[in-house]
Amino acid sequence: MKYTIPKEELVHPGHLACQGCGGALAMRIMLKTLGKNTILTFPACCWSVIDGPFPYSAVKVPLFHTAFETAAVVASGIKAALNRVGDPKTNSVAWAGDGGTFDIGIQALSGSAERNDDMFYFVYDNEAYMNTGIQRSSATPKGAWTTTTPVNHPKATPKKDILAIMAAHKIPYIATASIAYPEDFTRKLEKAKEIKGFKFFHIFAPCPPGWRANPKDTITLAKLAVETKLFPLLEIEDGEKYTINLPKKDKGKPIEDYLKLQGRFKHLKENDIKEMQTFIDKKYNRLKILEEISQ
Amino acid sequence: MSKQKVMMGNHALSYGAVVSKVNVISAYPITPQTQVVELLSELCSNGALDSEFIKVESEHSAMAACIGASAVGARTFTATSAQGLALMHEMLHWAVGARTPVVMGNINRSMGPPWTIWSEQTDSLSQRDTGWLQIYASSNQEVYDSVPIAFKIAEHKKVQLPVMVVLDAFFLSHTSENVMMMDLDKAETYLPKYKPKHKLDVNEPYTFGALTTPEWYYELRYKIQKAHENAISVIEEAQSEFKDMFGREYGLVEEYKTADADTILVAISTAASTAKDTVDELREKGVKAGLLRLRFVRPFPFKKVREVLSSAKKILVLDRNLSPGIGGIIFQEIKSAMYNESNKAPIYGFIAGLGGRDITTETIHNIFEEAEKQDPKNIIWMEVKA
Repeated sequence: MKYTIPKEELVHPGHLACQGCGGALAMRIMLKTLGKNTILTFPACCWSVIDGPFPYSAVKVPLFHTAFETAAVVASGIKAALNRVGDPKTNSVAWAGDGGTFDIGIQALSGSAERNDDMFYFVYDNEAYMNTGIQRSSATPKGAWTTTTPVNHPKATPKKDILAIMAAHKIPYIATASIAYPEDFTRKLEKAKEIKGFKFFHIFAPCPPGWRANPKDTITLAKLAVETKLFPLLEIEDGEKYTINLPKKDKGKPIEDYLKLQGRFKHLKENDIKEMQTFIDKKYNRLKILEEISQ
Repeated sequence: MSKQKVMMGNHALSYGAVVSKVNVISAYPITPQTQVVELLSELCSNGALDSEFIKVESEHSAMAACIGASAVGARTFTATSAQGLALMHEMLHWAVGARTPVVMGNINRSMGPPWTIWSEQTDSLSQRDTGWLQIYASSNQEVYDSVPIAFKIAEHKKVQLPVMVVLDAFFLSHTSENVMMMDLDKAETYLPKYKPKHKLDVNEPYTFGALTTPEWYYELRYKIQKAHENAISVIEEAQSEFKDMFGREYGLVEEYKTADADTILVAISTAASTAKDTVDELREKGVKAGLLRLRFVRPFPFKKVREVLSSAKKILVLDRNLSPGIGGIIFQEIKSAMYNESNKAPIYGFIAGLGGRDITTETIHNIFEEAEKQDPKNIIWMEVKA
């Protein structure tokens, strides 16, 4: 098998991520492929801590920390400046959590996407405000426990469909990616590098402390999310052309396999799980139809 | 030879950005600022201005984009007003903490609700604690000249802070006046390309704004205060160089017949230019009146203010703004500037013209008269309907 992931490490060891952090691994893979000619923008998110306090930094590229709701537009500003006073080939990368993307950052994100600014936007989605201590976000799935959705009142509404929102912007490239499938992630990054315009990546990033899971299960969880069709790996080009990369088989593993490794779903009853399975199947079937009609 | 052009204050602001050869503009439309962005869009699209224009979805994003672009080393400009400025508030602090020398025009407009579009200074004065330098103009020429001057100060290595150029809604923004235009090459000699000491550069990667513990944050704040103190001499140098090159003179403050004045009125913006007429009329009647206009409100020109007011027998402050619960903002600042001075002249606080109501020469006459009739008060309301 050919090794497709670049060997150069642009994340230093000794960063401050928790054990088994999906977000930390996602950064490692992303920077390997986008390389040194990259400027990062972080809003408030786990990575504002993971990178380390002044005077330390865990990344070997320039990094600008910004306010919670501004990741996309600061990266837009950086790109505009690179076009005038820098190297227009430098990648401008916004790197945000789900809170900074699905919630507080969605206005600026929509603005940058609508203008089709030539940049990358990555959301590493751990499905809640983990940095502040596990509060629900609009990326938290229905039924999940968080500190603001206690077990007697778990999250009552489904996770916001960020892909549909981004697809509606008709941006040239959208991809989902997983830390359990680094080759797939790398291939998509290589492809996106060649595309001018707004590139959006939705990365599934398990969070052992927030999901009440064992750090050793991070990769297993990320893999199960794909195998159960909860988080299919896919690409959307120009907001219209859907391609499902994984899972290969339409019949996925049962969602219980994924749920049982996490304390945040421990309170769910059989019926809740059944409902979740139906939701997943329906959503996946809809994706299959979108794929079929767009080919 | 310099060209003369008749233009409204908003266009003076736009041409100020042109003559400063800004690299990146990011703005969002708001009345009464719209002509600023309209003209800049047109000049960018026809090639007269070689800049990127990011047409953002909000003022919050306008300021955020400017900060990002400035951190890469681009000269950046935006303009807004009232609600837009208030929406930017968080990022105004960010621009200061990140030490990004963004220059912004703010058209003074009253804050809603109720909806209003007319002039008042409460919008920009309520941002005075963010750390932005603030210039208040009283003519379109001053608006135009203040943009390159603002960049020169902002980008100076001893300052490295953002600057706001502030003008009154309608009284300047939509009023046409003669403006002497600068020659572009000469302007570039005055304001060369921006070369930051630190920037986002892949060849020399740095992290900006990382989590900072109490061990260091305190000193960063200290440095911002020091930069404001340094700015006083930087401003004086920048404006003296401007006078040498373009012949127009600006100070930290503007003094009008203050040297022998018994009663000095302190004001900002266009109300101050109206007051000059009143001062002349009073002088004709033998009243020793004078005017002190603050051109800079931040950094606060303590030394200059104290010097000018040192022999006044009465100090009157006119505020077209209100900090409810305490009164006029400039009044508070003048009072605090004079507290430890040997001149214990009474200081009167006058409020007038809120919500864009006219401040006429008659209003200002009445202010001088009230000060003769009354003991000093923190708030004397002019022309309030019963």
